[in-house]
Amino acid sequence: MEELQELLKTYPANRHSLLRILQAAQRQMGYLPGEALREVASYVGVSPAEVYGVATFYNQFRFIPYGTHHTVVCLGTACHAMGGQLILDAFERELDIKAGEITPDHEWSLDRVGCIGCCTKAPVVVMNDAINAKMTPFKVEEVLAGLGLQLKRSTDSEGEEAGEREPQ
Amino acid sequence: MKKQVKGNLNDLRQGAHNTWEELETSALTVRIGTPTCGRAAGSLDTLQTFRERIAKEGAEAHLIEVGCMGLCFAEPLVMINNPESGLPPILYGPITYEHVQRLVEGFVLGDDPCLELALGTVEFKEDGTPYIPEMPRFEIEERLILRNCGYIDPLNIEHYLARGGYLTLQQVLQTEPEKVVSEVEQARLRGRGGAGFPTATKWKLCRQMEKEPKYIICNADEGDPGAFMDRVVLESDPHSVIEGMVIAAHAIGASRGFVYTRAEYPLVMERLKVALAQAREIGVLGDAILGSGFNFDIELVGGAGAFACGEETAMIASIEGQRGMPRPRPPYPAVYGLFGEPTVVDNVKTFALVQRILEQGGEWFSRIGTPNSTGTAVFALAGRVEQIGLVEVPMGTTLREVIYDVGGGIPEGRQFKAVQIGGPAGGCLSESSLDLPVDYDSLKEAGAIMGSGGMVVLDESNCMVETARFFVDFLARECCGKCTMGRLGVKQMLLILADFVKGEGDEEDLDLLEKLAEDIGQGCLCHLGGSAANPVLTTLRYFRDEYEAHVKEKRCPALVCKELITYYVVPEKCERACDHCVLTCPTEAIVTDERTRLKKVLQDKCVKCGTCLDVCPPEYSAVIKVSPPEKVKELEEAAGG
Repeated sequence: MEELQELLKTYPANRHSLLRILQAAQRQMGYLPGEALREVASYVGVSPAEVYGVATFYNQFRFIPYGTHHTVVCLGTACHAMGGQLILDAFERELDIKAGEITPDHEWSLDRVGCIGCCTKAPVVVMNDAINAKMTPFKVEEVLAGLGLQLKRSTDSEGEEAGEREPQ
Repeated sequence: MKKQVKGNLNDLRQGAHNTWEELETSALTVRIGTPTCGRAAGSLDTLQTFRERIAKEGAEAHLIEVGCMGLCFAEPLVMINNPESGLPPILYGPITYEHVQRLVEGFVLGDDPCLELALGTVEFKEDGTPYIPEMPRFEIEERLILRNCGYIDPLNIEHYLARGGYLTLQQVLQTEPEKVVSEVEQARLRGRGGAGFPTATKWKLCRQMEKEPKYIICNADEGDPGAFMDRVVLESDPHSVIEGMVIAAHAIGASRGFVYTRAEYPLVMERLKVALAQAREIGVLGDAILGSGFNFDIELVGGAGAFACGEETAMIASIEGQRGMPRPRPPYPAVYGLFGEPTVVDNVKTFALVQRILEQGGEWFSRIGTPNSTGTAVFALAGRVEQIGLVEVPMGTTLREVIYDVGGGIPEGRQFKAVQIGGPAGGCLSESSLDLPVDYDSLKEAGAIMGSGGMVVLDESNCMVETARFFVDFLARECCGKCTMGRLGVKQMLLILADFVKGEGDEEDLDLLEKLAEDIGQGCLCHLGGSAANPVLTTLRYFRDEYEAHVKEKRCPALVCKELITYYVVPEKCERACDHCVLTCPTEAIVTDERTRLKKVLQDKCVKCGTCLDVCPPEYSAVIKVSPPEKVKELEEAAGG
């Protein structure tokens, strides 16, 4: 929290700066723990409830940390039309968490987003800040296995062979 | 002092112009598009490989990073101009890093234009290569907003200056602000954010206010899913928007401006930051702009991921650090806006057009498009269409021209079903609307809205009930919660639609949904809520048969709604020895009969992800979807068990 104190000093202590302060705090910490919200409230001079009210209004703010691997599934119109829900289903199934959650070992976290504006590459997924274009449920497994996740179904040598075929 | 600064800009422009001319006529240039979507396709790898190859070979080539070229279906895009070859500039795509070696050896070091990788030529005609300006796309397109996009380096202000950048501003600063407003009025420019409010009316109102200071906000909070025009303009040609904003500030007498953009657009933020710093450096932004007595600066504000902030009063609340909730209008922001001061809020594309109007004249602009909707419209064409990308056409172009001539029609021989226009609060129009001219009034009449310009094409493989559910789900999530109709009404529509896609609704619900949608249309506080009914009303209007199939027959005609379909392997088509579906099924729901080697889907294990259908080799196409689910039993019985 000392680092947060330092950060706060670089912003004017008024109500108008609240959103920027919360954004900067999240950049620094990766998420906004309750303690940070209280610190911000006392700095800006409003109640913690008001800070919480603003923070929960915006999708950008998180109240749980990111996993080592953070995935955001885009569910914009184009992604939806091209099967985005199936991609989210595949992540939820393999990671055993729902969108907005993190695995107990803090390795994986999953989110959904309204649209990232990459509609021509739909359906897309942002994994660790890189955009994965034209996803399929099968590619989801490939990407997760590539990052070291033990897939739910057994993958023997035969399976890998079949996996070489690009799904249409 | 005054003249000195102005003289400097002219010198700077002349220098930039000379460098640009030399680059265009005698240097070997390689342009690579690296906007966000190009990056998603791997354009940064392409760029890096070019850089390494060119350095290794010691070739004298200029690598230019440009923005979006509009032909997103062929990304990553590369345009090479090799004047020594005597050939016109050639556009290539898609060029991944594997192709770079071939292009460097062929056309950078040699004179083999590698036509097998080319999309076409952009200047004069060469035999064998498609001549891009003659593609129907370019006959229809007219690029006012996108004229620099994909051509100049957005991070290099000299490129913008070389193309006449900030010259208009120089002239505008010499004229009376009223003259600027009347030019925009003569152009009959309507706001490009979607509602189509006359820009000059807004400006006049704000200008007449005697309060100071006044503010300008550029609305770059492009929250509509399926829309990416504003992102592209800001990523590819940020200075045209900045110039437009300074012109507008001069016209209304504003001293401070804000660009409010989305948290989901990091590259926009990055490039705008650079562009704003450059603009300050050459004196077109900041104190005493170009030596005049006019002070104006622009601040970049990053949104925090709330769709409602695209609404102007909500955006103002958000800049003030509040929850981004709309408030009733009037008073309009032009009277009572940011921090209670007179404020003009305009869309990114509106500002880009303001620059063009002041450059070419309002009369010129008013002749483009239709009498009531002048100028051009930019659409983000996505979904089930062959050549997805960014399109700029004169207002009044028909939907058919945009989808078939510019977009190249529907891929894989499938049937067009609908086009979704205007974002989640827009509407889904059917085939019968294809000859509708695209302008503010015609679209409104058909039940859709111009919106910010997202155009998502849907084909027979999309379910309209599910599509309506998707939009209502989005709007229910993004609803700010202030008014009852928005908070509870939209939620109720969602619950009814969620029942429909599960096959659980009845006909009474259908009537209830229609009634509710009409009430929401009238009872919401802001237009985002009010138009939340559009996706429901338009799908009911044009695709009622699909609703009825879901409700009465528990059947999804498009074979999309998970609860209403099952997967089935057709025994006569299954190759039997091939195990693709068995091996790739994520839940091991497909088993092989030991005796016949036929595959069977275990319905209780199947999660309906569709992987088996994707991986079944096209020569067999043995996996099919059937609806209603019970139909699979009939098929199994017919097949003998």
